[in-house]
Amino acid sequence: MQILPILETPAEVAPGASHPGPIVLSTRVRLARNLRSFPFPGWAKEAQRRDIFARCANATTEAPQMKRAFTLDISALDDLEKQVLVERHLISRELSAASAGAGVIISRDQSTSVMINEEDHLRLQVLRPGFQFKRVWKQVDALDNSLEEHLDLAFSSELGYLTACPTNLGTGMRASVMMHLPALVLGSQMEKVIRAVNQLGLAVRGLFGEGSEASGSIFQISNQQTLGESEEEILKRLASVLQTIVEQEQNARAKLFENDSPKLLDKIGRAYGTVRNAHVLTSAEAMNCLSLLRLAADLSLLPEAERVNVDRLFIECQPGHVQLAARGALETEKRDVARARFLREQMAALPPLNFNSAFEKN
Amino acid sequence: MGEALHCTICGKPATVHLTQIIKNQIKKVDLCEDCAQSNGVTDPEGFSLAELLTKTFPGAETEGGTGDESATGLVCEQCGYTPKDLKKSGRLGCAACYEFLRPIVLPLLLNLHKSQQHRGKVPFRLVHRVELKREIDNLEQKLQKAISGEDFEEAARCRDRLGALRAQLATPAVST
Repeated sequence: MQILPILETPAEVAPGASHPGPIVLSTRVRLARNLRSFPFPGWAKEAQRRDIFARCANATTEAPQMKRAFTLDISALDDLEKQVLVERHLISRELSAASAGAGVIISRDQSTSVMINEEDHLRLQVLRPGFQFKRVWKQVDALDNSLEEHLDLAFSSELGYLTACPTNLGTGMRASVMMHLPALVLGSQMEKVIRAVNQLGLAVRGLFGEGSEASGSIFQISNQQTLGESEEEILKRLASVLQTIVEQEQNARAKLFENDSPKLLDKIGRAYGTVRNAHVLTSAEAMNCLSLLRLAADLSLLPEAERVNVDRLFIECQPGHVQLAARGALETEKRDVARARFLREQMAALPPLNFNSAFEKN
Repeated sequence: MGEALHCTICGKPATVHLTQIIKNQIKKVDLCEDCAQSNGVTDPEGFSLAELLTKTFPGAETEGGTGDESATGLVCEQCGYTPKDLKKSGRLGCAACYEFLRPIVLPLLLNLHKSQQHRGKVPFRLVHRVELKREIDNLEQKLQKAISGEDFEEAARCRDRLGALRAQLATPAVST
């Protein structure tokens, strides 16, 4: 299993991330870059892709932040390994379906991943917990500059960085944030929020789902347009929309508590009971329970320190991870049993819900 | 850039410059705005570089590339991509396609992005900055011409583009 070293190395954003806060789970910035004189991956022949891979990989491993990084050839990974990497947001589904000549280089701390020969020659990505646009941008910008020292990148002063798909021209930047919005979902407000956000030129997607159907009430908000605005302008606009959504979620939570706290506490209580005692759990159910537990931590029903564990479990309850822990592929039913068992073990030490603090708060 | 070039067809000052490279032979055509328009250079459907070259260079070679591009005459000289390929996949073949298939690509951008002028980061490498400076110089000349010719629409366009290019040049030239 090639990716075991990746899974065993302590990671910051991946399992074990430190100190995330309520609502904003993580921040990500991705840059698309291409070499000037080579066909894009979709048009290049296999031999050309291998050549491109070699050049890009060499340049990438030269970058200071990629010291001791893991270099993976996509054709050397099995389906399960690829699925695990997708679940950790280290590669995209498109890369996992790519043929020979494609791969990814992952930094030792797993905050940075560089996909090679996905849709573009290079896709640089930095992912960090919480709301950290400045730091994430600085990091990915520095990586981009390092690569530029070794590679002749395709760029025009009119259209900016040139990409395989015209939708990525210009900055080539897709900035996104993952947000936990359980109150907006429970109050059936997500449709409204999504429409408003769309009108501002941003896209909203369920993390493991489409549109307003979001597993675990987790949504990804990202910019859509990449040409015509500077990176700073895009990030600023995204940050201000984010701020608004955070406020709306906070208001929705306050309202839920005011108008219907028994119902809310009941949901949370049952989720707590389920994760500690269930024997068969689908990933949808598990995500829903975890979402309520995260909310519980936000409302001080559980210690805040539990939030970090919940975030880790969001990923570890995904099908690829569950099968990995069980050391082999499993069909759905067996998987659901394995998932439930895993959660029981993980939640065994969970302190009891502190309902007193909930009432004191109000 | 050197001295002003003149339209190959009518002799007026040229603002559209076409280059075709076939079998290591470079053929250049310079056109004024009017001749460019009347020959369908700016029309995505009607442009045929091959046809145009035959007009201006009687007996010029028109063979080159794969069969399909003769329909519109456009083909990427670096990778062989044609408008048909673009239509099929929605993506381009290589960076040079943006230049060779420009008449087809540019209209697509209108629907996709806020504008068709890049703002923001520029690679810090010298080569791009030199190109940028050159473009800025050209634009400044164009701006002056437009002002003295009282073409204020053109002047406004030049001024906006100049602003964007100058902002690009202002991005730090050192890797952090």
